[in-house]
Amino acid sequence: MAHGPATLADGWRAYISRWVFTTNHKDIGTLYLWFSFSMFLLGGAFAMVIRAELFQPGMQLIRPEFFNQMTTMHGLVMVFGAIMPAFVGLANWMIPLMIGAPDMALPRMNNLSFWILPFAFAILTSTLFMEGGGPNFGWTFYAPLSTTYAPESVNFFIFAIHIMGASSIMGSINIIATVMNMRAPGMTYMKMPLFVWTWVITAFLLVAVMPVLAGAVTMMLMDINFGTSFFDAAGGGDPVLFQHVFWFFGHPEVYIIILPAFGVVSQIIPTFSRKPLFGYSSMVYATAAIAFLSFIVWAHHMFTVGMPIAGELYFMYATMLIAVPTGVKVFNWITTMYKGSLTFETPMLFSIAFVILFTFGGFTGLMLSIAAADMQYHDTYFVVAHFHYVMVAGAVFSGTAAIYYWLPKWCGKMYNETMGQVQFWVAFIGFNIAFMPQHFLGLAGMPRRYADYGLQFADWNMVSSIGAFIYGGAQLMLLYNVIMTIRNGKPTTEEKTWEGAEGLEWTVPSPAPYHTFATPPELK
Amino acid sequence: MDCSIASALSHLRNSTRVEIGEPKAMSVDASNRRVVVKSLFGAAAMFAFAIFVLPPIYDLFCEITGLGGKTGDEYTAVDVRVDTSREVTVRFVASNNASMPWEFRPTKDKVVVHPGEPTEITYFARNTTGEDMVSQAIPSLVPNNVADYFHKTECFCFENQPLAAGDQADLKLVFIIDPDLPEGVTSLTLSYTIFDITDRMANPLAQLQ
Repeated sequence: MAHGPATLADGWRAYISRWVFTTNHKDIGTLYLWFSFSMFLLGGAFAMVIRAELFQPGMQLIRPEFFNQMTTMHGLVMVFGAIMPAFVGLANWMIPLMIGAPDMALPRMNNLSFWILPFAFAILTSTLFMEGGGPNFGWTFYAPLSTTYAPESVNFFIFAIHIMGASSIMGSINIIATVMNMRAPGMTYMKMPLFVWTWVITAFLLVAVMPVLAGAVTMMLMDINFGTSFFDAAGGGDPVLFQHVFWFFGHPEVYIIILPAFGVVSQIIPTFSRKPLFGYSSMVYATAAIAFLSFIVWAHHMFTVGMPIAGELYFMYATMLIAVPTGVKVFNWITTMYKGSLTFETPMLFSIAFVILFTFGGFTGLMLSIAAADMQYHDTYFVVAHFHYVMVAGAVFSGTAAIYYWLPKWCGKMYNETMGQVQFWVAFIGFNIAFMPQHFLGLAGMPRRYADYGLQFADWNMVSSIGAFIYGGAQLMLLYNVIMTIRNGKPTTEEKTWEGAEGLEWTVPSPAPYHTFATPPELK
Repeated sequence: MDCSIASALSHLRNSTRVEIGEPKAMSVDASNRRVVVKSLFGAAAMFAFAIFVLPPIYDLFCEITGLGGKTGDEYTAVDVRVDTSREVTVRFVASNNASMPWEFRPTKDKVVVHPGEPTEITYFARNTTGEDMVSQAIPSLVPNNVADYFHKTECFCFENQPLAAGDQADLKLVFIIDPDLPEGVTSLTLSYTIFDITDRMANPLAQLQ
């Protein structure tokens, strides 16, 4: 190209125009990553409010009404604002580099799918300042809490969800088109890096279930404003229908969050084991199997609604079946490390922690899948602990690993390894102090989503809050590390930052030029 | 040839037909368009599925399995075999939806019946407000897996109930317990929740006469 992208030296106007009108996959990936990190800090701030209030029994800092808004907004912002856009950002940056494509297949749609997101979250967050408050019905927004008893601002919430859904669907279509049509010659499907594989399967899941979420909120919208009765017993509807529709979206959604995380870890572990990934094709098939199973297990989230015993048994066994392909993956990661020439740089530490803690969260998931036992665990802190082990130690740890792993490629600077490792240990210890005690609280019967608790839960809640503050601090350290790397990091020009790394992204210079693979690479 | 695709793509995103070396000789643009059209069609189909297919399937499923304690529609008695060897206690419960101010209660707390025997009971309703209103009662049966064995030949819940301001009415229900009611079930509880549906009526006063 005659000239590169506009920088600050070209003036503010040109610089802002570059980011607003960009169709470059690297720019859009960067936008997604920064946006998701800012949402991560926002959702984290909500979590800090929750844990501060729960530090001691009794009401200390906030009113219960506001506490409900905090739990709801924490969940919504983290799921839809932090984790999902983070992986879309990684996909934008890395998929074209990994398959030897010059850009995403649909660059303008890419721009649109990013730029509607800030509006969605501005609308969602603005509800906190409205009369009657923001959404207070839990991130699962069960009817009738979210319809008959919802605050006035619920229509803004619904509109925000519609925008997020549109953004996700466009982003997914883009990824599918890129992977199907833009691979370099010779890059067959079974040669694609696993991160690309997990993302293309995730993209299909998104196209299938985000419209179901849109359908659920549309039915809410009509019940609230247009006199229909989808979820209202007075007009012949049924609130339990909402739970079915929601979890028909919701269960695939949790795999949408975790499958790209699997992909990231499957890139990093072979690099620092200096061995190819063990069982590549079984990894691909296991991912596809998990994606399929995710559609037929949704009612395990609602064992307590009063299902016939046959239904409970079916959903219990189908859920347990997911442990098989997941076990294949964990086995493959461990076997990749077995007899490998291991080194423990920051991305590898996060990846190993991912494997350990995700497996731990998977086991508590198996406990929850037992329908008879779930009657005891349902809606307790045990569930909260379970899904934070798989969502935070799963998705967030792998996202952090990805940042340290690819940051040198993105900005041509090396992060400070000591700082990275310190951040890892603070995050790892803080995370476990925060969430391990929540298992005990849940087993002892502490229900989730309450602003107060019985005195018998006081000690572990205080421990959990301290851990949460440490973990929150670890995220500020991550932000510091990233900014310091970009500003003062040791420049690295090596194409292959990591000695054991394989793949096309390590054949382009560091930092990756604005345009890569204008000529398709040769694949051996 | 392969070089031409990539360079054309990076410099002229909207390049017209560029051949690629794959077996199906289709341009990348046309191929992308196909992916977009198919995916959007799939997404639209899933949206329609969520709104127009899932709720009826759910209702059908509940009707077949008797889940949710939803009792069936109007029943026509088929035989008069009364099983005098069994007695079943039927309890009646009434509750008001949060926005419903009417007085609403069964006139009897419970009856003991033989399966196969038609039984008539009434619920009492009084519009305690100063406005004409229309209500709808929604039944629910516990235990919910026996909903299929509880037949109503006449029920006020099949229609809505208009009451003028201050009026009252005895609302009639005739039911038959199916003689095939599973062994071991000795008591049932029928509950009605009454809802205010005045706002849903195009013309509430027309309902009164």
